[in-house]
Amino acid sequence: MTRGSFDNPLKADLHADRVVPPTGFTARLTVFTSLAMTFLAVFALALSMAAGRLAERWSDSLQGTATIRISAPQDQIDTQVAAVLALLTVTPGIASARALEDQEQRDLLAPWFGPDLPVDALPLPRLIEIKEDSAGYDAEGLRQRLTAEAPGAVLDDHTRWRRPLAVAASRLRLLGVTSIILITCAMGAMITLAANAALAANLQVIRVLRLVGAKDTYIVRAFVRRFTLRAFSGAIAGALLGMGGVALLPGVDEAGGFLTGLGFQGLGWLFPLLLPVLAGIVAFAATRFAAFRTLKGLP
Amino acid sequence: MIALENAAYNYGGGELLSDISLRLAPGSFHFLTGPSGAGKTTFLKLCYADLQPTSGRVTIFDRDVRTLTRDDVALTRRRIGVVHQDCQFLDHLPLAANVMLPLTVAGKMGDAQDVSDLLGWVGLSQLADARPPSLSGGERQRAALARAIITGPDVILADEPTGNLDWEMSLRLLTLLVELNRMGKTILIATHDLNLIRQAKAQVAARVLRIRNRRIQLAGADL
Repeated sequence: MTRGSFDNPLKADLHADRVVPPTGFTARLTVFTSLAMTFLAVFALALSMAAGRLAERWSDSLQGTATIRISAPQDQIDTQVAAVLALLTVTPGIASARALEDQEQRDLLAPWFGPDLPVDALPLPRLIEIKEDSAGYDAEGLRQRLTAEAPGAVLDDHTRWRRPLAVAASRLRLLGVTSIILITCAMGAMITLAANAALAANLQVIRVLRLVGAKDTYIVRAFVRRFTLRAFSGAIAGALLGMGGVALLPGVDEAGGFLTGLGFQGLGWLFPLLLPVLAGIVAFAATRFAAFRTLKGLP
Repeated sequence: MIALENAAYNYGGGELLSDISLRLAPGSFHFLTGPSGAGKTTFLKLCYADLQPTSGRVTIFDRDVRTLTRDDVALTRRRIGVVHQDCQFLDHLPLAANVMLPLTVAGKMGDAQDVSDLLGWVGLSQLADARPPSLSGGERQRAALARAIITGPDVILADEPTGNLDWEMSLRLLTLLVELNRMGKTILIATHDLNLIRQAKAQVAARVLRIRNRRIQLAGADL
């Protein structure tokens, strides 16, 4: 048995094709399985890619910025703001720093307190927005200097906001990838079962072929090519249906948040087209494994 | 061609064949006879590497069957034509494609005229496009013989080839086998049809072997 020889499953060998009876429930099962699994895999892929984009967006929007919050008695707050700004201008790694205007603070609080919030009348902290340069700054050193220069100043480098969001997005992506792996395994298992059923149903054919001098590779090729092409064609249909389903999802909308961004963007639409290739490879490997195992038990 | 040296075969419930020694010389004609269940089919299976002896040695074309890989077995079977009593075909293919099957699996393109001639030789020209399930027992036996010889094998093994045939058809098949032997082919026929053996001995120098008590004996004139 030359199991090491790697037969091209798509190599046209009409004679080898003809020796296996053309129809049967295993054919329909293989096509349906690969169609359904690829359809699901398209959504898992969309989830994974959307989670990746989300993680990047959150990371980009929060990375490189920080906020200093200054809470102090009313008569000291301007002094402390000025001291902090002065400190920041000489702190390495800080590209720019500016105190938020009253209107900007009012806009930040508007979603909770409405547009008519009397900022002047409330003891609100003052906020200073920091943008760091590419080298970055020493957060711990800055905190210590702030404590000395402006006791009411607290540095918030957004880590505590960014980290859980990034972790959540990363886990969503992992969930998507895991789903694709599980779907692939399930498809492989189902195609193996279908191939085993086809081989069992065609034992007489296999015996006749062995009797007249067929090598195992010849018999395996006949089954492998058929199952690979069936899985590939079913997967193409599943991928196209899945892509159609994703295309019908609502477009990206800020109000909708993550759910409305659950699609492909740009070249990302090409990735689902790789799934039929994956399905073909899985079918090829599963059928080849099943066929050689069956033949091994025959004289 | 094929040699057995002290070969035995055990199915698990005791030995069916014991201490078998025999050499099938090129161009020889042998009959193998014995009662049902004596081990004739098992003997033939040893001769085309469908079974391996549980002890002793079987060599086919000078190679010990135990040393043959699965590919070697396939290649060996291309040099041995086998006709079974219950001839099996690929029912979804027409008869001509079934007869060409040994060429097909060997990656050779069969000549349609050769196939047509061969079908004519076994009297099945009109059935080239028929499906095997529609053939009678005799037609299946002759089709199996055509399939067995299409590659020009060195040896032809036939297991009860006339088991489903009437006498006239049996003689016809025997004539085909005798003709093949005259072309130099080595023939071994397992049969319990003593009349067929007597008829053959009138046409060809055939040795008759008998399986008795798990062993092979050369039969005498007491057929």
